[in-house]
Amino acid sequence: MKHLLSTADLTRAEAVQILDIAGEMREAGTRVVKKLPALRGRTVVNLFFEDSTRTRISFEAAAKRLSADVINFSAKGSSVSKGESLKDTAQTLLAIGADAVVIRHPDSGAPARLAATDWINLPIINAGDGTHEHPTQALLDAFTLRRQLALRDGVSATGLGLDGLKVAIVGDILHSRVARSNLWLLNTLGASVTMVAPPTLLPVGAEAWPCAISYDLDEVIADGVDALMMLRVQGERMNAAYFPNPREYSRYWGLDDARLAALDAAGAETLIMHPGPMNRGLEISSAAADSPRSTVLDQVTNGVAVRMASLYMLLSGDLI
Amino acid sequence: MNENSASSGARTVLTGDDIERVLTRVAFEIIEANKGIEDLVLLGIPRRGFPLAQRLAARIAASADTPIDPASLVGQLDITLYRDDLRHSTTRTPEPTKLPAGGIDGKVVVLVDDVLYSGRTIRAALDALSDWGRPRIVRLAVLVDRGHRELPIRADHVGKNLPTAKSEKVRVHLAEIDGTNEVMIEAAE
Amino acid sequence: MNYLIQQARILGSEPQDVLIADGRIAQLGSIEPGADTQVVDGRGLVLLPGMVDPHTHLREPGREDAETVETGTRAAARGGYTAVHAMANSTPVADTAGVVEQVYELGRKAGWVDVRPVGAVTVGLEGKQLSEIGAMADSRAQVKMFSDDGICVADPLLMRRALEYVKAFDGVIAQHAQEPRLTEGAQMNEGEVSSVLGLPGWPAVAEESIIARDVLLAEHVGARLHVCHVSTAGSVEIIRWAKARGIQVTAEVTPHHLLLTDEKVRTFDPVFKVNPPLRRQEDVMALRAAVADGTIDVIGTDHAPHPAESKECEWGAAAMGMTGLETALSIVQHTLVDTGLLTWEDVARITSATPARIGRVADQGRPIAVGEPANLVLVDPDARWIVDPYAMATKGRNSPFAGMELPGSVRATFFHGHPTVLDGQLATPRPADA
Repeated sequence: MKHLLSTADLTRAEAVQILDIAGEMREAGTRVVKKLPALRGRTVVNLFFEDSTRTRISFEAAAKRLSADVINFSAKGSSVSKGESLKDTAQTLLAIGADAVVIRHPDSGAPARLAATDWINLPIINAGDGTHEHPTQALLDAFTLRRQLALRDGVSATGLGLDGLKVAIVGDILHSRVARSNLWLLNTLGASVTMVAPPTLLPVGAEAWPCAISYDLDEVIADGVDALMMLRVQGERMNAAYFPNPREYSRYWGLDDARLAALDAAGAETLIMHPGPMNRGLEISSAAADSPRSTVLDQVTNGVAVRMASLYMLLSGDLI
Repeated sequence: MNENSASSGARTVLTGDDIERVLTRVAFEIIEANKGIEDLVLLGIPRRGFPLAQRLAARIAASADTPIDPASLVGQLDITLYRDDLRHSTTRTPEPTKLPAGGIDGKVVVLVDDVLYSGRTIRAALDALSDWGRPRIVRLAVLVDRGHRELPIRADHVGKNLPTAKSEKVRVHLAEIDGTNEVMIEAAE
Repeated sequence: MNYLIQQARILGSEPQDVLIADGRIAQLGSIEPGADTQVVDGRGLVLLPGMVDPHTHLREPGREDAETVETGTRAAARGGYTAVHAMANSTPVADTAGVVEQVYELGRKAGWVDVRPVGAVTVGLEGKQLSEIGAMADSRAQVKMFSDDGICVADPLLMRRALEYVKAFDGVIAQHAQEPRLTEGAQMNEGEVSSVLGLPGWPAVAEESIIARDVLLAEHVGARLHVCHVSTAGSVEIIRWAKARGIQVTAEVTPHHLLLTDEKVRTFDPVFKVNPPLRRQEDVMALRAAVADGTIDVIGTDHAPHPAESKECEWGAAAMGMTGLETALSIVQHTLVDTGLLTWEDVARITSATPARIGRVADQGRPIAVGEPANLVLVDPDARWIVDPYAMATKGRNSPFAGMELPGSVRATFFHGHPTVLDGQLATPRPADA
């Protein structure tokens, strides 16, 4: 594996291998000594053209637990905001001696562009690009699902996929890189996906995606679902007339207390997931976010393990 | 190094019976060196070190005056992320590290591996071990020592010293993993 | 100097000789070379009227780093053109007689092709106030085509006035059909591919709704409308309907929309970023059929050179546009002639005669007949070549066809009897006082 740009590029074997490695990384994270020497002497650059403290910290922790040196490059207030191009920034990083680049960028495809050009020849990890993909988020979601189900069934998660699992992804699909990355990965791992959203927040063309599409969250819940992935609704969407107002949004597409009660009443084992940061009271109620079904904090923990696995995958093995 | 089917140039240097005999001897050496089984922990290095550690633990437990569970003596120590050749081989998936319930702090840890060669695996194992705890003593037991050390490391307990050429390959087959028990030397292709 | 083209197939017909003297076609048939006559071997080659591009961005004045009138017209000559319409979105905008005369003069001095400036419909392309259309029409540049290309004349009332007003000058409004609100932040065709790539979509309906409105306005006021770079199957349907209704509408398609689809965007290589965007395969096939049945009248390159830094970046930051002058004829052959949809006679119509008529360009797009101006292009339809943007005459390296093998190469271009291209190489410009 040369780059991690899109979950669509991962074979099932590769995806399972990343999850298996992440499993061992997660165990190492429970030791007194959490650090592993695997990437000692290597330098990982976190190249963030868009603010995301959570993702940056997660990658930083992952790289440091593998003993890599980490350079954090934030575009804000840097030469980038003064008009420096992606090409020049990337080549500067190469000259500094980076061994891998973790990039977050507001433009869809920027990491793919970096990987495709001859500007630099380093492994690239896409840490979220525009409304395109966020592969490590999907991997940590899959890891969380797989681990929770293995714990529930009392089996080892190693080597397993997500075969037969029913997952609903709910919310602003149109602008969600998390939804896209999850769609491909969940399909690769054998799960079936339903996208649930107001029609304004589903992209034209999604009818060709390998998933079901629904406008009715209650119906999806009533049909039975193993996990509900709630997506963050960005504040700026409200001003662009995608839906009338937040109250109406949460009435139809929010995981509110009534829907949580419906899950409980049905005796369902449905997990509640959210990539964070949450808008409590909009797409998810506080009771739902804090319920025993919620994997929100587990997802954060697993994020570090999955990113360790990703960095390890890209920086070990035969290099060109 | 561990393919199941031996090629035509392979010759057997230890049969299944030989391996059993050798392990029995090594088990007694370990007990003798430790003056008993107190504080003893056997940590196998994946993959074939672990079944060897289990076999040794079974023998050691059987020799105890009071019956003990061999599982309480044995564990597995993964060294994948401590290797010094991560950049030069294909990506390896780490195996789980499993320590016995009593942990390793203050214990006499015997690292168990199938073949001692360059010594780099043991170097990695010593690093890994120190991240899990602080044993009182660390010893090394191997089924086969084939020479060609690249680091100042030697085994405390050796099943069989096997002079080899560097170009030759030593293949260890254990029933738990490979279905058969034997050690072979294979000429270079 | 006279030129004798021997054994060329005029519009693809049986081989004959063509004598060019004093800038005109002097004789056709079987001709012996006389004194002071350079012989051009035309065996196996097709002779067409020099091409007329209704849609070129020459970038001068203002963006001479991207292209100049000199380099852009060299590229045109090399591509087989003898006239180009220079779009108005320069800096300053070509919205006064002064700017269009400047561009016209630069073209005349360069001497590679006739440069016909396009005047802006509105001052500064701002879509608020009509520019001095009359002054531009009456200037030495004789502007007949007006366009805010790059930007749509979105205000329906302003569009109505523009269509009405140009009637007084026998002008035509060339509309860049793009409903602005429906395309805010748009980066590529809206559809299956954009849904996967997460790039903001440019829906077909944003083009079609403007074309539908404009043909109705053109009918209402009895004016001429030209639709730039039609890109969707739906647009074709609307134009077909309008023509059947007798509305004075002409339509243009670019070579790239006849070949490439939005699948190319999956590479995220901004060389494929263009406005209107590359569409679906269904659209490509509908556009080809529309050229074949006459619904689409002309090929316009929308040649849009950009400096390297405008494309050496991430998709979102990249400029829209592709070069096209030096590949247009090859793409037309590849998509329309080699597929059996068009004859070479048809090619002459869509690349020369009709664009010259739409732009009212004198001495261009004429029949290949004795006494006519010798604006000609000699094409080798059997040649195959690999597109190398670095070997082109344009300054722009942003060819979406880079690396592709294409059929058809321009062996010679005659501009008012002067060879601007000979033996497949750029020759010399026509002296300005000729």
